[in-house]
Amino acid sequence: MNAPVLRLSGFGKHFGSLNVFSDVDLDVMAGDRIAILGASGSGKSTLLRCINVLETPSEGRLEIDGDLVGEPSRSGDMRFSERELCALRQRVGMVFQQFNLFPHMTVAGNVAEGLKTVRGVRSQKALERAVAELKRVGLADKAESFPSRLSGGQKQRVAIARALAMDPEILLFDEPTSALDPALVGEVLGVIEQLANEGRTMLLVTHEIGFAYHFATRILFLAEGGIYESGTPDEVLKNPQRPITQQFLAEHRRFQF
Amino acid sequence: MNYIWNFQDVFNNWWALAIGAAGTLRLFVVCLVLGMGLGLIIALGRRSRNRPIRWLSTAFVEFFRNTPVLVQILWFYYALPIIVPIEIGPFLAAILGISLNSAAYSAEIYRGGIQSIEPGQWEAAKAIGMNGLQTLRRVILPQAIRRIIPALTNRGVEIFKMTTLASVVAYVELLQQGKLIASLSFNPLEVYTVIAAIFLIILYPIVRLTYALERHLARSD
Repeated sequence: MNAPVLRLSGFGKHFGSLNVFSDVDLDVMAGDRIAILGASGSGKSTLLRCINVLETPSEGRLEIDGDLVGEPSRSGDMRFSERELCALRQRVGMVFQQFNLFPHMTVAGNVAEGLKTVRGVRSQKALERAVAELKRVGLADKAESFPSRLSGGQKQRVAIARALAMDPEILLFDEPTSALDPALVGEVLGVIEQLANEGRTMLLVTHEIGFAYHFATRILFLAEGGIYESGTPDEVLKNPQRPITQQFLAEHRRFQF
Repeated sequence: MNYIWNFQDVFNNWWALAIGAAGTLRLFVVCLVLGMGLGLIIALGRRSRNRPIRWLSTAFVEFFRNTPVLVQILWFYYALPIIVPIEIGPFLAAILGISLNSAAYSAEIYRGGIQSIEPGQWEAAKAIGMNGLQTLRRVILPQAIRRIIPALTNRGVEIFKMTTLASVVAYVELLQQGKLIASLSFNPLEVYTVIAAIFLIILYPIVRLTYALERHLARSD
């Protein structure tokens, strides 16, 4: 039995007295694709952002490949050194809802930036690698363009290439299609699907329930400050057992045709 | 008014003016580099997580922003040597006064520029494994500086003109030389007209250069 790529135990986040989620236990095995669903404010994004510690988790343990990230302080909460976080984030890539491309760099520059600055790869080599990653997302011809010239869908594909360039073990997607025109959602989901076919380990926060059903090996439904219901897509989405999940899915089906 | 302009005496003393211009440029370059460099450090200090550093940086800004440069130069020249046993020449006194004052102003410009960058940029840089310094150097400052070039240009122009204040401690720069010529030739109208013209002639091309820089950096828009 292999160790999980990612293990959360007793994981929680609160802002002051506001409890976002608590007691989250989760094992993610290599090749798992986990879709995280839930209503707005259920803590999906916060959970995802605690995994690469863009948001500092308030409690619990975070292990990558069996290595504990952070050190427990005397008061019990976890402390993270900058060096450790930089190492963690190279292993756990993230794609944002708002893309967050670097506007002053070309597309290839965006993708090469991590290799150049973080890994110290020589500029020429990093750019070659960037173009190779851009090919995977179908944007090699945009390498020399600036982000301002791209459509939303193209921007998000560049952001995916930027994350892939660091060769992360896990990819986190934070509502990657929520800021897109409906017509552009497909191209981004297509790229994510292609990554799924390559067997990548991914966690995806999304409102695209249809995509989640086809994409995920496992669904987590968040509500009431924790994992409310989880299981295979068929179990959770076709045959939800608990009332909030049922209501959430019914709401989503209301305007389907 | 039948004043007859006579620039002959001014032009006869062109060499004195050239020496003055060299002194002005020297003081300008030193104060520009020190003022803008120190300003960036102070701005980062004001954003530091370390409380004493934050407090000191804020105190620096408020002190030097809210006292006149002229008084600062005089103070460094006449008062500081009384407290510490070091000889402070006119050049050094002028550098201290103008640089520290400019650092205080430009620190606020940098701070505003850095704060105007969306949090998503910090996050995206962190998410590929950059540390704070790398993020600042590669992602935040290039964008922030682009936005504040007009304000920094203003500051630079101001520094250039502030160099005339150094004449109060008899530092050899344009105004000081002009005063000299005017007192020898009794022609203040011509001398100060020429001095003003020299400032304009030197500054305007520099300002045009910053416009070109602005356009160059805007190519990614």
